[in-house]
Amino acid sequence: MIGVLQSGSVFLSLAIQAPQLRPEAASSIAEGVDHLYFALTFITLFFTIAIFSTIFVFMVKYRRRADDEVPPEIEQNLPLELAWTIIPALICAGLFLWASSLYFENSRPPSASTEIFVIGKQWMWHIQHPEGVREINELHVPVGVPVELTMTSEDVIHDFYIPAFRVKKDVLPGRYTSLWFQATKVGTYHLFCAQYCGADHAEMLGWVYVMSPADYETWLSSGTPSPSMAQTGEQTFNKLGCASCHLPDGTGRGPSLVAVYGREEELKTGEKRLVDEAFIRQAVMNPNSVVLRNYPAIMPTFRGQVNEEQVLQLIAYVKSLASEERNANGK
Amino acid sequence: MSTATLDVHEVPTGSRVNYLNAQYGVKSWLLTTDHKRIALLYLASITLMFFVGGFFAVLMRLHLIEPQGALVQPETYNKLFTMHGVIMVFFFLVPSIPATLGNFLVPMMIGARDLAFPKLNLLSWYIYIIGAIFTLYAVISGGVDTGWTFYTPYSSTFSHTSVVPTALGVFITGFSSILTGLNFVVTIHKMRAPGLTWFRLPLFIWAIYATSIIFILGTPVIAITLFLLFLERVLHIGIFDPAIGGDPILFQHLFWFYSHPAVYIMILPGMGVMSELITCFSRKRIFGYSFVAFSSLAIAIISFLVWGHHMFVTGQSIYAGLIFSVLSFMVAIPSAVKVFNWTATLYKGSISYDAPMLYALGFIGLFTMGGLTGLFLASLATDVHLNGTYFIVAHFHYIMVGGAVMAYLGGIHFWWPKITGRLYPDGWARFAALVIFVGFNLTFFPQFMLGYLGMPRRYAVYPGEFQVLNVMSSAGASILGIGYLIPLIYLTWSMRYGPTAGPNPWQAKGLEWTTPSPPPTENFEEIPVVTEEAYDYAHSRVTRG
Repeated sequence: MIGVLQSGSVFLSLAIQAPQLRPEAASSIAEGVDHLYFALTFITLFFTIAIFSTIFVFMVKYRRRADDEVPPEIEQNLPLELAWTIIPALICAGLFLWASSLYFENSRPPSASTEIFVIGKQWMWHIQHPEGVREINELHVPVGVPVELTMTSEDVIHDFYIPAFRVKKDVLPGRYTSLWFQATKVGTYHLFCAQYCGADHAEMLGWVYVMSPADYETWLSSGTPSPSMAQTGEQTFNKLGCASCHLPDGTGRGPSLVAVYGREEELKTGEKRLVDEAFIRQAVMNPNSVVLRNYPAIMPTFRGQVNEEQVLQLIAYVKSLASEERNANGK
Repeated sequence: MSTATLDVHEVPTGSRVNYLNAQYGVKSWLLTTDHKRIALLYLASITLMFFVGGFFAVLMRLHLIEPQGALVQPETYNKLFTMHGVIMVFFFLVPSIPATLGNFLVPMMIGARDLAFPKLNLLSWYIYIIGAIFTLYAVISGGVDTGWTFYTPYSSTFSHTSVVPTALGVFITGFSSILTGLNFVVTIHKMRAPGLTWFRLPLFIWAIYATSIIFILGTPVIAITLFLLFLERVLHIGIFDPAIGGDPILFQHLFWFYSHPAVYIMILPGMGVMSELITCFSRKRIFGYSFVAFSSLAIAIISFLVWGHHMFVTGQSIYAGLIFSVLSFMVAIPSAVKVFNWTATLYKGSISYDAPMLYALGFIGLFTMGGLTGLFLASLATDVHLNGTYFIVAHFHYIMVGGAVMAYLGGIHFWWPKITGRLYPDGWARFAALVIFVGFNLTFFPQFMLGYLGMPRRYAVYPGEFQVLNVMSSAGASILGIGYLIPLIYLTWSMRYGPTAGPNPWQAKGLEWTTPSPPPTENFEEIPVVTEEAYDYAHSRVTRG
């Protein structure tokens, strides 16, 4: 009786929402995630129905017929116990392997991705394209191109969530996290903050516009032309006086930053560190923690003088020095 | 079970001295060291907290009837879900079965006169009350808006609400859990009646034992975590906030190291209640006793190793994610074993449909759904999409409300005649079980769908396309709310007007049914000698009293 009611309420929910049983699937990973989701749904329904039908049958068949009834004793059954331990274990193992391999695949961004930067702050999303275009609560991306987001927060923990792409990643203060997707369908999709972040958490949302590559180019070049992130970063670099020590030829008091991005450097402590976004951020905010070997610990901290956006621009500038070098060598 | 079938059967209940009428007056309650009276002190306190927390939930669901919010400002909504969570988790669910039924039944089920440390037991209730006062003060002084998870640096630096009194309340209440756990462990080890070996113990005792281990090992960690939060918020010592040199994720590791096992604090005692109910109302020995008993311990142990599955999308290394995922799948197995064994217990039984049994069957259904939807979240690839959405909300309410609260109500209905000596109207009780079951599913099933469609949790306003499912959920919540009020009414009524129950109205096995209802202060006139296995329904019938 209870089983019937439960499936009744389940069915009612399904019937009413039938046209929209799943969110729009608009990224390269969405179908794979949905397949796993539906497999899990099937397993859930199968076991729930199986257990309930069994209980229902038992309840009818073995209902108490006399007040002084004494049912027979049933001995413990070891093979049965083992069976219902091992079979769920195997199902779990299968699901684990499926889900984990899919997750591994979905986590690794393709090497040639377009990079876009995201800064979360109470209660809006700042987006910056390397070309210099900035947006608030809107993200324009080209269809069919892998996009990698590098994200950080100015205050509390936020979470960047695009349901239609089946992607989500926390956006943390003081740290970079990254997330990638490849949109497969031109359209407009929800962007949500999925980590509670204070009063207007529910208003910290926006739209993702997936455009054809041609439209995207037009969009990028429309509006007032702005300097690229690297160019803005260079201006900051000069304004803060970084250039007086970090001379490009390596003769300054600090190391040259040319081609340093992506290289492994040895610290004073003997530790080897890859120079990536997190490293550069650390060098700006807490320079004494990453002093290179053969260099004096004389750099002051820039914490409080630069905001997260400027740090990202500085990083873009340092990165551009690396690629210029590579281009120069190539020629 | 006991050979000493007591003569008190012949004595009319009204004139007999029992733990309720042995002494009168407020003082006799507030200074009691009788585990049964302390159980009732807890029962009254957590019932009050349950309805306070439930009131907040009703307001939330009313608010969400409209996408732009029908009732309150977003700031107020944020406080509502925070206080709902804090009160329900720390002041209702965690103490629920252990502190009420556990307190009442542990000595009675093992044939003891009281817990090992009766004064400590009373102290733990006072600690609970002091913690509750702090938290209720926080509610009155403007509320708190961090979410029951208190994530930093929002809670430590950014929130302008009463974080400190709330956290202090939770911190203090933790000590009540630790003392209760300690008391149970010692009692179960040292005070079992002659002949009551470990494998003759009712499975409720095994479940309470496993829960107590988590109380003792896990609760200090949440205390430390909240203390660190306090240090950062009040003294600005950089622990969690990166702006002053802290680590923003560290808090989550510490918090979930306690709070995931805490989920099992809430559900394990419920599983123990289930084993008592299913056996009694099918008149069968539990199928696979040792498997059910050890699965409780397995769940308690593994529960300490799965905290990272709350943090798959925090930027945690994918290899750490793999480990936490596989361990989370492993917790599913002992839980499944229990469900199968309960089902098999019904086979060839003599099944009756009394109200406690309806709650028990409701539990199996809702717990199965709750457990299986946990697999979606243990699966890394689907968790990325579902984490932080209504799917999570639905999942843990199926476990904590569908599971734990159903079992709690089932247990209350089962032992009510023992506790009060009175019977409640069975028809009303069955009706309430049905209303709760329907209301629950209508409230929370749509939330699974909302989550998959991408609606994040903790949203005071939401896009219009989610409205239909939200309205269904709110409709369900109002049915559920009424469902919870019905037992409150007829159980209160029965305390005065219910027919006399007699020592064993269900013809149940177990030492607690061999004494009069309500039991005398010393529980047993003579300490019983146990000569048989638990749930030995096939032999030595107990007659209806």
